[in-house]
Amino acid sequence: MKPARRRKLKEWLIEKAILLSGVFSVVFVLLIFLFLLREGLSLFRGESVLDFLLGKSWYPISSPPRFGILPLILGSVLVTLGAAAISVPIGIAAALFIAEIAPARLKEALKAGIELLAAIPSVVIGFIGMITLGPWIKNLFNIPTGLTALTGSVTLAFMAMPTIVSIAEDAVTAVPRQYREAAIAMGATKWQTTWRIVARAARPGMVAAVMLGIGRVIGETMAVMMVTGNAAMIPTGMLQPVRTLTATIAAEMGESVQGGAHYAALFAIGIVLFIITFLINGVADLFLHRSRR
Amino acid sequence: MVAAAAKFAISGLHVHYGKICALRDLNLDIRAHEIFTVIGPANSGKSTFLNCLNRLIDLAPASRLSGEIRLDGVDIRAGLEVESLRRKVGIVFALPLPLPISIYENIVYGLRMQGIRDAAVLDEAVERSLRESYLWDEVKDRLRSPAMNLSGGQQQRLCMARILAGRPDVLLFDEPTSGLDPISTARIEETMLVLKEKYTIVLVTNNVAQAARVGDRTAFFLMSEMVELSETSRMFTTPVDQRTSDYITGKFG
Repeated sequence: MKPARRRKLKEWLIEKAILLSGVFSVVFVLLIFLFLLREGLSLFRGESVLDFLLGKSWYPISSPPRFGILPLILGSVLVTLGAAAISVPIGIAAALFIAEIAPARLKEALKAGIELLAAIPSVVIGFIGMITLGPWIKNLFNIPTGLTALTGSVTLAFMAMPTIVSIAEDAVTAVPRQYREAAIAMGATKWQTTWRIVARAARPGMVAAVMLGIGRVIGETMAVMMVTGNAAMIPTGMLQPVRTLTATIAAEMGESVQGGAHYAALFAIGIVLFIITFLINGVADLFLHRSRR
Repeated sequence: MVAAAAKFAISGLHVHYGKICALRDLNLDIRAHEIFTVIGPANSGKSTFLNCLNRLIDLAPASRLSGEIRLDGVDIRAGLEVESLRRKVGIVFALPLPLPISIYENIVYGLRMQGIRDAAVLDEAVERSLRESYLWDEVKDRLRSPAMNLSGGQQQRLCMARILAGRPDVLLFDEPTSGLDPISTARIEETMLVLKEKYTIVLVTNNVAQAARVGDRTAFFLMSEMVELSETSRMFTTPVDQRTSDYITGKFG
């Protein structure tokens, strides 16, 4: 073969190989979704979708079994909202501090620390939550168990924080330096510049950071299973044990019979989770694209 | 003719960035209502000089100043809050820097920051400052559209309007037309000639011809020092220093 032709062939091969890897990642997601649908949808032959989503009791092994996941959805929502309420203000403030205020050396140290926080396995964070935070909350509020929605929220806040801080920090750093100079040259103080110009220009990126942080919280399983107490009841407050969608799948998959209704119900929960995270990622993506434009 | 009062009085000004000397022993006065132009090659210290006048120099890491700068007799480093100095001494940069908000919001931004909320006051300031920068007729029907949609020359005049809205005393221009086409440049220059009736203007420019067109007095900076300062017409006809003559005739630069 002539060198020119060989070069062309090589180009072609590399191009197609890259294309194929790109296509595969999409295909895998599709396949996972199809698999979830195939396993999960069989539940709805005997059960209505509304009963499943809005049913108040989750008794998968009583007879007859009851597959209402409302307590689980509310458990996930409660823990997630709690975690967001803690991690979003702290995370955004930390991002602004790191990007705008911290001197260079402190900045590097903080960034490294936050990346380290992201690297801690969730089971370790769950362990710390269970051993130290749980008893502390139990004593503080004088309640029978320390494994509550609040414990889950605090634990998960620590897990969402690295995502929020690092993405929000990127967004703040990406704000052109000239905006700051223009504001300062007009007589703005450091704080006015940070809050009114920099934070506003970085807002789409910050929203994306928050959404991805929340996505992480909703999908988290191990830590949340260890610290929330796992009671599948409709919660009425932050100081009650709750069970999340993810923890239910993880806890019960081992004891369900493959092909049975319980098994299908767990997959149906998977579908619900998939849709929730898909929506959250979609919103985050929307904002990320807007911030790049 | 009455002798014009000194707006800025600068004496014994030295500026260092770390160990590098950026300005050496500068002594000069800037008179009220003149266009004071500063010319010189890159790295001659002319932008440093400009940034001293509104203390943007404070933002540069490891910058050190010695000497004295007085604005209307007040020491700008001791007798004046830095934010109010910067409101009095506005700057227009080389590249137009509209904020990513609407035309209207760009102009009232500084006023809002000062706590002015009254819509009538803001509207008045927008119209006045846009008329002063000769942009009003072009944008009056689309004040709410994003400032980023304006052309380069319009953006630069918007930046002027943004400064004018705060009723400054002095306008600093840091090579304001270096990114603009000749027609936009001409409009900015015309605008400056009108604005000097109300304001004092300091113009730093790479464009020697521009200094000759609009300047009342011109200073020539070279290698961190002021070589010559004289009436613009005199500098461009009978420069005293050989280096000035070489620079303005294009022998180096």
